[in-house]
Amino acid sequence: MFDFLDSGRYDLLGAFWVTVQLTLYSAIGSLIWGTLLAGMRVGPVPVMRAFGTAYVNVVRNTPLTVVIVGCSVGLGQTLQITLGGEDFKTMGFRLAVLGFIAYTSTFVCEALRSGINTVPVGQAEAARALGLSFVQVLTLVVLPQAFRAVVAPLANVLIALTKNTTVAAAIGVAEASLLMKEMIENETSALFAVFALFAFGFIVLTLPMGLILGWVSKRVAVKR
Amino acid sequence: MSSTSVLYDAPGVRAKRRNIIYTALFVVAFVLAAWWILSVMADKDQLAANKWNPFVTDAEVWTTYLLPGLGVTLQAAALSIVIALPLGALLGIGRLSDHAWVRVPVGAVVEFFRAIPVLLMMVFAAQLYVQFSTVSSDLRPMYAVVTGLVLYNASVMAEIVRAGILSLPRGQTDAAKAIGMRKGQTMVYVLVPQAVTAMLPALVSQLVVIVKDTALGGALLGLNELLYQLRPITANYGANTIATLVVIGLIFIGLNSLLTSFAGWLEKRLRQGKKSSGAVLSADDVQQANAPGGKA
Repeated sequence: MFDFLDSGRYDLLGAFWVTVQLTLYSAIGSLIWGTLLAGMRVGPVPVMRAFGTAYVNVVRNTPLTVVIVGCSVGLGQTLQITLGGEDFKTMGFRLAVLGFIAYTSTFVCEALRSGINTVPVGQAEAARALGLSFVQVLTLVVLPQAFRAVVAPLANVLIALTKNTTVAAAIGVAEASLLMKEMIENETSALFAVFALFAFGFIVLTLPMGLILGWVSKRVAVKR
Repeated sequence: MSSTSVLYDAPGVRAKRRNIIYTALFVVAFVLAAWWILSVMADKDQLAANKWNPFVTDAEVWTTYLLPGLGVTLQAAALSIVIALPLGALLGIGRLSDHAWVRVPVGAVVEFFRAIPVLLMMVFAAQLYVQFSTVSSDLRPMYAVVTGLVLYNASVMAEIVRAGILSLPRGQTDAAKAIGMRKGQTMVYVLVPQAVTAMLPALVSQLVVIVKDTALGGALLGLNELLYQLRPITANYGANTIATLVVIGLIFIGLNSLLTSFAGWLEKRLRQGKKSSGAVLSADDVQQANAPGGKA
């Protein structure tokens, strides 16, 4: 049933490795950019607040496919912004990561913002009473507690990101779903086996994430 | 606004000066970034008036490409939600069953389809229709996209329905039992009608997810929805890629913003309403329902 794997024509692990890499780089990038966006949205500077709000509302309502295709066709092919990628492969990968960061960071920002709301008012008030500036209040007092409260929502964002990396197939990044599309069209006799194989691959990726981060979120949650 | 935030004090003299400096720096950085993008666009001849004009002056680009594309997008989304909703309700109620032989398999199905990307299901469904059905090749993308979306969203809705029913006060079930209702009657006459009201905002939010996911069908399966029109438009109107992308993006953003704010309005209304039991599922619950293992 799974003899198509022995032909050596398909680099299954390689494809899933690309999925993992896409997820990893996008996760790190969107965590940083999402935190900055959250900082802007709760900050004292009205222009930054407006920018953060507008960015989140616009990008969150854009289909990820449009974002990714826009990165590839718009930025890459039309405007020739290649992000230092020499060949088609690295360029596609980097542009895809850029798109995922732009999109996922909005969800990170919203999760963090709701986390900031869970921090008791007295914490920020005490910090202000000590004379800390806004950036100090945020980075030393509020965000460390907010992050501990949003591990579970961020885990959901990470799992959604892992599933979303399949969209990179739309611009020809050789990740799991593109390989599945190719295999499913070649190995017509093993349609169900191919589907089961890739479904299993994604379950292997996402299930431990949910379990481990769920455990972490319980451990680090601030007891109140 | 600034006076209500607990994160910073109302600005004094120095803070006001500092805010002005931050504002200036941010505006300069923003303008530089915008100028850079615009200059690159001008460099690649994407700012020329004839690339943007068709969307204002030429009605044909709307009647031939964009509006039919939007129609297909809406059609796929509507079909998906209409089929996924009853299916999801059935699965959600099945997961709450007292009988393990119903609850366990239904739970496995729901968790399985929630854990794998919707694109996998679309690709699988496309090939399934090629091999095992006589659906004509021009209808196949629509079938594949709707099948994929239904499989995925039915399981997400199942979680929303389940969360909606579980969000109701226990007294509702107790009262129904006390007046001698059977389990089925309790579900049909007491729990589901209230749960549906509580779920409405979450359902509208899920509609946004569905509309966004239809674009996948255009990019990978050849469904002629809105994003799919990118190629024919740029081919016929002189490589106006950026202009077309912006217009398509704006249509999607407009449509989804409308749905998002409608969901927000519904949620607010339901929370204020006095008739309901007070249980409301919000957009945040939808995000959790979309992640496997997450409890909606």
